[in-house]
Amino acid sequence: MSRLLELTDRGLYCAAGDFYVDPWRPVGWAVITHAHSDHARAGSRSYLTAERGVEILRQRVGDEATIQGVPFGEAVMHNGVRVSLHPAGHILGSAQVRVEHQGEVWVVSGDYKTIPDRTCDAFEPVRCHVFITESTFGLPIYRWRANEELVDEVNDWWRTNQERGRTSVVLAYALGKAQRVLSGLDSSIGPLLMHGAVERFVPLYRAAGIELPECCRATTENARETRGRAMVVAPPSAAGTPWLRKFGDVSLAFASGWMQIRGTRRRRAVDRGFAISDHADWDGLLSAIDATGAQEIVVTHGYRSTLVRWLSEHGKRARALATAFEGEMDEVVGNDGGMGNAE
Amino acid sequence: MQLFARLFTDLDTTTRTVEKVQALERYFAAAPSRDAVWALYFLTGRRIKRAVNTRLLRDWLSAETGLPLWIIDESYDAGGDLAETLALLLPDHSADSTAASTDRTITAPGMLFSQEEMLEGYAGLQQAAEADQSADVSMPLHRLVEERIVPLTDLPVEAQRILVTRTWHQLDAAERFLWHKLIMGEFRVGVAHTLVARALANVAGVPPETMAHRLMGDWTPTAEDYQRLLSPSSWASDPGQPYPFFLAHPLAGDPQELGEVDEWQAEWKWDGIRAQLLRREDQVVLWSRGEDLLTDRFPEIAAVGAALPNGVVVDGEILAWRDERPLPFAALQTRIGRKNLSAAVLAAAPAMFMAYDLLELEGTDLRASTLIERRAKLEVLAAHLPAGLAVRLSPLVELPSWEALVELRRTARDRGVEGIMLKRRSSAYGVGRPKGEWWKWKVDPLTIDAVLIYAQPGHGRRASLYTDYTFGVWHEGELVPVAKAYSGLTDAEIRQVDAFIRRNTLARHGPVRIVRPELVFELHFEAIQPSTRHRSGVAVRFPRMNHWRQDKKPEEADTLATLRALAASLERGK
Repeated sequence: MSRLLELTDRGLYCAAGDFYVDPWRPVGWAVITHAHSDHARAGSRSYLTAERGVEILRQRVGDEATIQGVPFGEAVMHNGVRVSLHPAGHILGSAQVRVEHQGEVWVVSGDYKTIPDRTCDAFEPVRCHVFITESTFGLPIYRWRANEELVDEVNDWWRTNQERGRTSVVLAYALGKAQRVLSGLDSSIGPLLMHGAVERFVPLYRAAGIELPECCRATTENARETRGRAMVVAPPSAAGTPWLRKFGDVSLAFASGWMQIRGTRRRRAVDRGFAISDHADWDGLLSAIDATGAQEIVVTHGYRSTLVRWLSEHGKRARALATAFEGEMDEVVGNDGGMGNAE
Repeated sequence: MQLFARLFTDLDTTTRTVEKVQALERYFAAAPSRDAVWALYFLTGRRIKRAVNTRLLRDWLSAETGLPLWIIDESYDAGGDLAETLALLLPDHSADSTAASTDRTITAPGMLFSQEEMLEGYAGLQQAAEADQSADVSMPLHRLVEERIVPLTDLPVEAQRILVTRTWHQLDAAERFLWHKLIMGEFRVGVAHTLVARALANVAGVPPETMAHRLMGDWTPTAEDYQRLLSPSSWASDPGQPYPFFLAHPLAGDPQELGEVDEWQAEWKWDGIRAQLLRREDQVVLWSRGEDLLTDRFPEIAAVGAALPNGVVVDGEILAWRDERPLPFAALQTRIGRKNLSAAVLAAAPAMFMAYDLLELEGTDLRASTLIERRAKLEVLAAHLPAGLAVRLSPLVELPSWEALVELRRTARDRGVEGIMLKRRSSAYGVGRPKGEWWKWKVDPLTIDAVLIYAQPGHGRRASLYTDYTFGVWHEGELVPVAKAYSGLTDAEIRQVDAFIRRNTLARHGPVRIVRPELVFELHFEAIQPSTRHRSGVAVRFPRMNHWRQDKKPEEADTLATLRALAASLERGK
């Protein structure tokens, strides 16, 4: 009856080891998959996260927090439970959490994607008995195009805007997506500027050895100088704010998996939508689940019931993990159009 | 097809008029006439009737992709647009090699070829089969429409399936989306007809008004007609061709800002069907603003046309009319849907043409002359008509001062009109809806406070959000549905309400969620009348959300008794 990981009102809890994974309230020992705000909350006594993600997590939970970084694949024993972290391919330092106790192995995927991304370590399938997977894009309408195609599309859009004398502004989640977009931009096209919220994480990426093109924080002066030529990377919250005015005539784009759907694109009232996602698409979810060889799949965060039904019809034992306090939080996230969410 | 798909994407990804016109010009300049004329056909809102049953489309897609129907339906719920959802669900053949897609055809269900032999007389299938063999995957728009979409509707289901499946293999994702839209009779693109006319006019080298006028006429999607539309010289217009309608802007501010009161002419704003009545070469034609030919639906008005001299075009409003008062719009609606106009229908909703303006007299286009000149001629024309015809001259409203007008507007609802029209006396009869010449100043809407009780997901731009709401008011301790509304909230409010709905769903019936009755909205609507068709006993016209009353509790919402009293009082006022 007792399960290795169970959902409590503070988040996923391991009773055997007395620790939480991505707790949403302060706890004693928190294992953090990645530093997006819906997974990493401040106030816990101590944190365990991937070594590659320590500095980013510090930005989130504060300088005073006790954070232990562990290299990918290296195990830590905690109250007799063996915990190790493995790359999830979501953002820099993002990890899946492997929990082993008395021969039983569970893996919590956190957020993940299976396609290559040069700004973080590639997703690594981990064999386990029980796999707790996200399902943000758990519908077959969500299938991403190849990264190179998307990168070319963004650069082409930038060139077209230049021809029309317009500044390009791409909205992307400030941590992860923004740096990924940045890494694909061809700086020979024109000057690159970024919002302060994006800039904040750039040195951490560079320090981790990730190459990003030369890019300055946007100021009134450099914005004016580069009007009609520059590419600006900004967080989604910059849309519709006076901050955008300094760039003159802009063309606005949004980089998010939700942009796959025309209706969402139009609802966001942006000129362009790029379906660039840091989550696994439908095929990615299915292949990742297969690769774990898990006997039981627990689906959370997204189109849970769809994926559970699909897996069940395909001979897998699957169940949904209720996200306790938000009702159908999953769909709300889905309908947010990637607005404030870590997508 | 690729050019057309490109045009669609260009139009779909910009909100800027200039860019839309440029994209259209690029397209019309580059596309062959036979294709361009079909593009024009669809861009000007003409449609081909739904050619396939969408249930069948889902079945075929399920067979093609191996996806069960339930996941197709869930995808549709999330995507909010069936044409797009189906396009996204299909595997990306264009990324495969041609060899791979040929393989796919060969491994298709074994029945395919024998079925095909049975149907071998059908050209579209043969062409589809030929195209399967060739490496060229792009198909001209006109062939797609003429050989695959137009004939589709009359084919046996199995032949439809073969044709649709084959076509999937020959199109890329963007093209498939449009293919679906076209066979479902749902193609729409966010571009005003005036912009299409402007772009085409630029390509042809004629004034935009000329092109708008030509497009209103009778043309078919053939290369010949396209060439005729594009001809740089003027051409004899066909007798059934109306003029583009000149439209008014809603007046948001104070009328005093319009300047001197004596520069303006005021009329009532009638709530009917805007139309042009044409009399040329002994023919009578009645065109609605929606470009529907209504001559047969309104014999009373056709009789008015027959009494006019040749070479006349009158702009006006079709109204259901009795005892010198308009009947509610619903009465007029009973006339539109019917092919057979029985004596009872004609008697229940007698129609009348309220004449506003004279656009053509003695075969001469009067649109460039001033409103007062046109009005004077219209009055002379009306005076020469025999008595007893179903026509009235739109009465001018005395306009001594702006203050007086404000008072008059208050009486509008009692008069059965929607508000007041303000037209600059010196105005020409233009094209489209330019600002500053004609204004419509509607009466303040009626309001009620009602509770959100059911919600459904929206479509298109509102895909996968709960945006279509049903509202209830209190009656004997229960909330009775009285109105459906889906407009009026900001995007931020929509997201909040959507989140509320998801967390407070009491039950589901298909796509409809029964919601915990907690949110109160102030609804606006234009009219309310007793109705036997609605459970509540009242029907409201043009309901929309004006305001989310976060300050109100559901108990404070209005009651059905209040609504019924309102309906009855307005009814009595008539």
